[in-house]
Amino acid sequence: MGTSKKTATERRPSELRVVGRALRKVDATSKVTGATRFADDLFLPRMLYAKLLRSPHPHARIVSIDPSAARSLPGVKAVLTGPDLPIPFGILPVSQDEHALALDKVRFVGDPVAAVAATTEEIATQALDLIRVEYEPLRAFPNAIDAVEHADPAIHDYADAGNIHKLIDLEFGDVDAGFRDADLVREDLFFFEGNTHLPMEQHAAAADWSPPPGGRLTVWSSTQTPHYVHRALAKVLELSPARIRVIACPNGGGFGGKSDPFSHEIVVAKLAMVTGRPIKITLTREEVFYCHRGRHPTLMWVKTGVKQDGAITGMHFKSLLDGGGYGSYGVASTYYTGALQTVTYPVPRYKFQGARAFTNKPPCGPKRGHGTPQPRFALEVHIDKLAEQLRMDPADLRLKHLVPPHSVTANWLRIGTMGLGRCIEKVVSGSDWKRRFKQLPHGQGIGLACSSYITGAGLPIYWNAMPHSGVQLKCDRGGGVTVFCGSTEIGQGSDSILAMIVAEVLGLDPAHIAVVTGDTDLTPVDLGSYSSRVTLMTGNAAIQAAERARDLIAPHVARKLEVPEGRLAFADGRVFDVEQPEHGLGFAEAVHLAEAAEGTVGTVGSYTPPRSPGRYRGAGVGPSPAYSYSACVALVDVDPATGIVRVPKIWIAHDVGRVINAASVMGQIEGSVYMGLGEALMEEMAYRGNRKVVHKIPSLLEYKSPTTLEMCDVVTYVVEDPDPNGPFGAKECGQGPLLPVPPAVANAVYDAVGVRIDEVPITPEKVFKALRRKEKGEEPRFGPTHFPDIPWPEPTRVPPPWEGGDGGAVEGGKGRQRAAEAARP
Amino acid sequence: MRVRARKLAPALPLIKITVIPMHDSKTTIALEVNEEPVEVAFAPHKTLLEVLREDLGLTGTKHGCELGECGTCTVLLDGTPVLSCLVLGLACAGRRVKTVEGMADRGTLHPLQEAFAELGAAQCGYCTPAFLLASEALLAANASPSRDVIKDALAGNLCRCTGYIKIYEAVELAAARMRGEDASPAAESLYGYE
Amino acid sequence: MLRLPSFTYRQPRTLNELFAMKADAGPDASYVAGGTDLYPNMKRRQQEPRTVISLMGIRELRGTESGERGAVPLGACLTLTALHTNPHIREGYSAVAMAAGLVSTPLLRNMGTLGGNLCLDTRCNYYDQTYEWRKAIDFCMKKDGHICWVAPSSPRCWAVTSSDLAPVMVALGADFLLAGPAGERVVPAARFYHNDGINYLTKQPDEVLVEVRLPPAASPASDWDAVYHKLRRRGSFDFPVLGVAAWVRWERSTVADARVVLGGVASHPQEVPEAAAVLRGQTLSTEAIAAAADAAYRPAKPMDNTDFDLSWRKQMTRVYVTRALTELARRRNTTT
Ligand SMILES: Cc1cc2nc3c(=O)[nH]c(=O)nc-3n(C[C@H](O)[C@H](O)[C@H](O)COP(=O)(O)OP(=O)(O)OC[C@H]3O[C@@H](n4cnc5c(N)ncnc54)[C@H](O)[C@@H]3O)c2cc1C
Ligand code: SF4
Ligand code: FES
Ligand code: FES
Repeated sequence: MGTSKKTATERRPSELRVVGRALRKVDATSKVTGATRFADDLFLPRMLYAKLLRSPHPHARIVSIDPSAARSLPGVKAVLTGPDLPIPFGILPVSQDEHALALDKVRFVGDPVAAVAATTEEIATQALDLIRVEYEPLRAFPNAIDAVEHADPAIHDYADAGNIHKLIDLEFGDVDAGFRDADLVREDLFFFEGNTHLPMEQHAAAADWSPPPGGRLTVWSSTQTPHYVHRALAKVLELSPARIRVIACPNGGGFGGKSDPFSHEIVVAKLAMVTGRPIKITLTREEVFYCHRGRHPTLMWVKTGVKQDGAITGMHFKSLLDGGGYGSYGVASTYYTGALQTVTYPVPRYKFQGARAFTNKPPCGPKRGHGTPQPRFALEVHIDKLAEQLRMDPADLRLKHLVPPHSVTANWLRIGTMGLGRCIEKVVSGSDWKRRFKQLPHGQGIGLACSSYITGAGLPIYWNAMPHSGVQLKCDRGGGVTVFCGSTEIGQGSDSILAMIVAEVLGLDPAHIAVVTGDTDLTPVDLGSYSSRVTLMTGNAAIQAAERARDLIAPHVARKLEVPEGRLAFADGRVFDVEQPEHGLGFAEAVHLAEAAEGTVGTVGSYTPPRSPGRYRGAGVGPSPAYSYSACVALVDVDPATGIVRVPKIWIAHDVGRVINAASVMGQIEGSVYMGLGEALMEEMAYRGNRKVVHKIPSLLEYKSPTTLEMCDVVTYVVEDPDPNGPFGAKECGQGPLLPVPPAVANAVYDAVGVRIDEVPITPEKVFKALRRKEKGEEPRFGPTHFPDIPWPEPTRVPPPWEGGDGGAVEGGKGRQRAAEAARP
Repeated sequence: MRVRARKLAPALPLIKITVIPMHDSKTTIALEVNEEPVEVAFAPHKTLLEVLREDLGLTGTKHGCELGECGTCTVLLDGTPVLSCLVLGLACAGRRVKTVEGMADRGTLHPLQEAFAELGAAQCGYCTPAFLLASEALLAANASPSRDVIKDALAGNLCRCTGYIKIYEAVELAAARMRGEDASPAAESLYGYE
Repeated sequence: MLRLPSFTYRQPRTLNELFAMKADAGPDASYVAGGTDLYPNMKRRQQEPRTVISLMGIRELRGTESGERGAVPLGACLTLTALHTNPHIREGYSAVAMAAGLVSTPLLRNMGTLGGNLCLDTRCNYYDQTYEWRKAIDFCMKKDGHICWVAPSSPRCWAVTSSDLAPVMVALGADFLLAGPAGERVVPAARFYHNDGINYLTKQPDEVLVEVRLPPAASPASDWDAVYHKLRRRGSFDFPVLGVAAWVRWERSTVADARVVLGGVASHPQEVPEAAAVLRGQTLSTEAIAAAADAAYRPAKPMDNTDFDLSWRKQMTRVYVTRALTELARRRNTTT
């Protein structure tokens, strides 16, 4: 720990005073003193406790439920079953396939079936055992291949084909022509095992109901998406949203795992209404595994044609996702496994086929990187193999073929700034790549991989034309400013971003900004903490609100100071004449002037992402206001006797556009590396397919999250390539840096011991097996060998921009419809 | 209520009923919590974690598993960091407990709290109380721990947000300040490498 | 929140009080020391004692932490941290200190005791699950059910010994002092364990482990050495999926006697006499070590009930036995 020689200001553009600094987060003190109230920290007077009875069967029809014995247990206040909450819900409008409590069928071990409210958690737990449920077990599907091969019995009564929930076939140009143009064509198969978010905080929710005629419901929850919970509650409870208040408590980690509306949130709300008492539910760690919504296990096949110099001529990518028992975000996840292959290296012709199967396991959904770490792993290892065949250094190959900034990709994604080249250069020089790659002693290796990620999804989850993010701002007579925004603090620092941005625009000390977030009664809608959207979208909304406040205040100050408005500056807690800075007023005084003249000083700001050029069906997934870029080099030690892989060090460079809070950026990058490392080496959702598809290891002990002793050293480089769409140029940094870690580790393992592990996690068993194969002269590889036949639909054909398309389909999708209409006599 | 079936039920599995006595009468113990003597009454099967959070209102102590598998519930018992989810409340009679609420001294943050806040070592903050207390115990025993010693001492606490790096740096920063050095964070740890 | 069921908690001060309380409470009573094994098991309803009797207040069990040379008695209620950090143990019985330091996490080691570790319940990932989880698979033989999911046709339970110290104690040839209402007795560590996942201890339910008596520390007269190697996924938290304790008595550079004991591959610490036989009378040459590792590899029969794939775990016995013996050879070479 040395003393810093460089001060913060030397590291950021001179005109910015707050943005770019490493500031203490607004909630830092309450977090280090234990004062932050997480959902389970709520204790309300007369509060009851709720527990959920969950299915012991992976797939079964519910024959009968008899809760009478549970109801008569002293201390039990209510028992609910499926028919009490019969309306389905789900995060996506196209997959409203969940019930708060199973109505007639259960779809995985852990699916909620009944709920109890009791005076203590002990009694509620005891009552669960008294609820008698008769099931008629059905054949269960333990994995995607099984579900693809068997349509019967159907897990849901809706699906694109049999038990295949979703089928996608998109074609951007003629890939076969691309392969014909190539000097080298290569095919590979990869598998990325499912894993879960594992936030340290177990989900919790509390509810309170004030009886009619007032009739208002308040729900506190550890949710990343209070707005969507609000909608789901209104729908299922058949209550006007105007009577429901959802308060998102600070989340003790989310990572995407708290982004769906959940059974337990709806159940506590209903129980509060039924019992007339406040009530809380806190899930056990095992139940958190059943909520899941984590990384989809994904089987992938990729075929790429390249020129001698590494230029890609065409790419065909297929993915099969194991979705688990419900839709969740799965349709979007499936599209995401094919959307971002084109945003790092130019792909002139691209074909993507994606399928998601329903299986009898907890539902998969969005985990940090949502649907893209799997294809990124495949692609970056595949490129490593191509580079080797071309006898090119994999870093050089990538550097030679970077997607140009401010361009449009084959699948019609509009790229803004693109700092990947600088990222690669940083990690290559920092890691001494040129002297280490292929030159380390046997057992040590170094590997490189890159990636890109969206900064917020271009479209909302349910179709509407309203902004994605709203901010309200109130200037107080005391000179303080309160920012109200529906965003949710999940540890990523979103509250602080709002304070810093408003402080920057109004020239205030961030400590003078109060932030109120995640409360549907108090704050304008922000869609939630997912898809790395918060800094960009709330940031832009906050800039707009703050600029409007400035515009509202400035004329009155100008009049008072008798200087033209254009000469006023807001800085250091004052408003003053830039030409004679001593001539000015304190901010509070400026607010007084404005308030006297205009009334209460309040403004609003909002943000809607730009329209994306893609017009085809499926074009909704992938577009983003800006793309972040990362490059990663991993150093590994592989023990050839055991196959155990250790990662001592990772170099990571991330193009964040513009740093808002430097300390938060560093924290997000390091945290992403951590999570990527866990996925690369040890984390996996394992089930016992032959034993009722139970989760094999639903515990913090057996689901392996790296400890301090597994975490590597991280050398971080923050690259700034400001994007015109970002607030002060900022792009995301909370998810992207996870993506290159698993492929960099896989590539490094190959460099170390010459075996390809085309499957994540890279466990000792797999490395050991591959080493054995190598010894025996077999293919030195561990990975999948087969991609099943899938009844792909007719492709949607969309000409890429350079083939003169308009972003729409020519054949298939809408185009096909049009063709059919035209063919009609 | 009884939901009736379309098809006939298969043989019912035997349901085992665990009988838990309904109302444990509470037991009162006296102990010291955060340097104050307290008396507290609770059901005798409660763990220290539950007593602190539910009977003493000290919700700063968190929990992630209640099985000894994460370290999130760490408190100091007679100065030693332990897992409060596996300590019986009754076993704490007459003993000294310290929780995160007891770390700041009259409104002044403990140097560890200060350093955690400064470096962003608390992201979601859920694991933070446990890391702070485990670190406090470490620094009480070793004023200048090396990075490896810190890693060993904190190997019983999981954090899913930070990758631990800011936590190590915060412990080092606090240790330096507690030794009386005029330390501030390195530029690389706040802004990355050039 | 997972909670404990209700139970009566007793805190005796003496062994006599303890046995009286135990007699009073009957078979539904359990002893508890650090509670780091018993309480999680109770929360998951794997064990459901109606009375829990704490051993921590009994002076006889806190034992000497001192370490004069000579047979060293270690009180059963010493914490793992105390074992790991005690300078005398580190010096005279480094394998014990080392194994204690490899248990779970520093926080858990501040609570867990030697006695609890040596009496640790056997583990299986069909068994170390909550009540609801076990109910979903209709339970298993070890608790509430009828069959063993690991080996469905087997008449016995294959849950795995997962103590880090047990194999070390067997390898060292330690003696355990047990006390019961009928009096005291001493059993050699190896005879304290049974190869049965359910009845894995030979002690009577009301007997307590009072202390562990280690053999005299190595001296020119008794020139022995021992090491312990542990395999697990992560460097902390995780139980051993394989533990190798190796002990040798040297006669100059020749192995006069040896014991190789495997943890984590059976329901008891599994001594492999074949490996010892191969070593006796040999120097610890690469060939001798390879032969011993091979001998240890053959009888090791891990089952599919812990972390990692069982065939890999079996392969690893060879590697870990090799490494343990190689370390012994290296230590010999650096001391002589
Ligand atoms: C997350 C986690 C990880 C763990 N990892 C490891 C590991 O890596 N290696 C390992 O070896 N263990 C591990 N353990 C198991 C356990 O915590 C330790 O073995 C510890 O030493 C047990 O001691 P205790 O005093 O807490 O036992 P307790 O829970 O108090 O007792 C355990 C059993 O022994 C009996 N018992 C205790 N003392 C005596 C005595 N003196 N006489 C007779 N019977 C007695 C009790 O009745 C009980 O049945 C782990 C536990 C957890 C929760
Ligand atoms: S080995 Fe068999 S009987 Fe024993 S705990 Fe495991 S499943 Fe149950
Ligand atoms: S709550 Fe996880 S160790 Fe106590
Ligand atoms: S800061 Fe979120 S778990 Fe550590």
